[in-house]
Amino acid sequence: MDSQTFTLINITVMTVVAWIVPLQFVPVFIWLERKGSAIIQDRIGPDRTGILGFRLFGMVQNFADVVKLLMKENIVPANVNRFYFMLAPFWAMTVSLLPLLVVPFAAPLDFAGRTVRFQAADLGVGLLYILSITSMGVFGIILAGWSSNNKFSLLGGLRSSAQMISYELSMGLAMVGILMVYQDVRMSSIVEAQGRLLTAWGHTLPLPHWGIFLQPLSFLLFLVASFAETNRNPFDLAEGESELVAGFHVEYSSVKFSLFFMAEYSNMVVAAFVIATLFLGGYQVPFASTETLRQNPQLTLSLLCLLVALLKGTAGLIFYKIGNRQRHLYAGVKRAEPFLFSGLCFAVALAALALLAMGLTMGLPAWMNGVLTVFLQVLCLSLKVLFFCWLFVWVRWTLPRFRYDQLMKMGWKLMLPLALLNLLVTGVIILTQK
Amino acid sequence: MLEAILFYILAAVLLGMGLLVITRTNPIASALAMVAAFAALAALYALLSASLVAIIQILVYAGGIMVLMIFVIMLLNLHPDDLKPMRAKGWVVVLALTGVWGVVLAPVALIFFPAGSQPPAPLAEGFGGIFSVGEKMFSDYLFPFEMLSLVLLTAIVGALVLSKRKL
Repeated sequence: MDSQTFTLINITVMTVVAWIVPLQFVPVFIWLERKGSAIIQDRIGPDRTGILGFRLFGMVQNFADVVKLLMKENIVPANVNRFYFMLAPFWAMTVSLLPLLVVPFAAPLDFAGRTVRFQAADLGVGLLYILSITSMGVFGIILAGWSSNNKFSLLGGLRSSAQMISYELSMGLAMVGILMVYQDVRMSSIVEAQGRLLTAWGHTLPLPHWGIFLQPLSFLLFLVASFAETNRNPFDLAEGESELVAGFHVEYSSVKFSLFFMAEYSNMVVAAFVIATLFLGGYQVPFASTETLRQNPQLTLSLLCLLVALLKGTAGLIFYKIGNRQRHLYAGVKRAEPFLFSGLCFAVALAALALLAMGLTMGLPAWMNGVLTVFLQVLCLSLKVLFFCWLFVWVRWTLPRFRYDQLMKMGWKLMLPLALLNLLVTGVIILTQK
Repeated sequence: MLEAILFYILAAVLLGMGLLVITRTNPIASALAMVAAFAALAALYALLSASLVAIIQILVYAGGIMVLMIFVIMLLNLHPDDLKPMRAKGWVVVLALTGVWGVVLAPVALIFFPAGSQPPAPLAEGFGGIFSVGEKMFSDYLFPFEMLSLVLLTAIVGALVLSKRKL
């Protein structure tokens, strides 16, 4: 196999992965939203649906929803513009899956004389690509709003497109701050640059060289703008149940609605990936650069196994507590299920610890170093992304919705000047450091 | 070979979408065809190794300007009676077709009678990328660049003056 074929296969595989990852995050996200909102509002959340009594803590509800949405009648109202009405949900879904193509999932790995890349396309215009694709996402909503031939839809579409255009500016300017600091728009270089420690005026600080420390204001602006771009509460005026029924997707049902629903969540997943990549070091493990990890397999193995053990142990404890609390409510599988999962989690945690002990005492084969690093980095990125997913849920269920004039005022009169000021300050600091 | 195939596909899409822009009676359909045409044009730029121009084409034209256009079209609240198909006069069609064919045939003639057949020089490293374009823009073409930003400023001030009479 010559190197060109190898690169082609690598790119193909990573493209498929970059499409599958958001699709896999979506059901988890929906579950997180339901359970998270339940926790915040002191409810129980979905816990009725189950397969053979196994409810997977409400996760099975997603299957029920999918079946429901697929089985429902595919209604196309009489006076809609049929072609554009059908096009809109597909447009929304497709565009929402594209930006992840330029996000690196782990550092490139040299393996048997070849370089395996964990990024579908290392474009020279990476950041701009993300911006341009997200700007195309507005069309899905505009089209849906307009082609439905419904006043509520049209108002929802108009609101949302105005909002997205307004906040795209602040988003772009926040990205410019990152571009100035890292002096590149290529995603892989931006992430690589975040692996060092922070230096300011010749002093090395005990902080990673992450965007959030270099550009805190930029991070805040980007975060707010990405809430607005994904039409998420407190910026979900496009839907605004109390005034617009459901906004741009009033007329949509069954599969077409589910495409919009999935596009909304996969947009958020992509936003979480982009924020994590630009501001939280992407796949970089804090304080441990890729070289350090590669050269110290023991360190990598310990970090990986301890992290897995910690996560699984916490999950096991939580499941155990849930089981204990519910034990007098249910019988049979329903009672046993949390304990079963708790046991599984503890078993995985123990297995991770055992693996760690084995690895430390018996030594590791040389080819394991790179593979372990990749696992650790992917895990690290996933944790960051999951945190931002949770942040989206958290904000939605704690903050009330803005009024439309407040939204516009904030976008144009607060965020845009702040972003410009941020650029000015950044420029001055970069000049003084030279 | 692959590049040639891609070029012809993209050119066909571009021309087809361009025709749709001027033949549809529904302005939204025209605008969307224009978006597709811009996307095809961006892909053509990318084929020419001008990656920055390609992405700016999508970002500014397809994503920015077309969104505003569609926005305006939706706000105009056009009545179906306003959207009757227009009939062009015969001599206008003849003139237009002749002009278009003239433009199309000129490159074809150049293919058959090439001006000079030197092999193309290999592109410099990073050609068409953000660094090379930026360097050119802020050194050799700084003055036109600043002039362009002044033109845009004029447009903004003009819009403000027109819309806010009582400022």
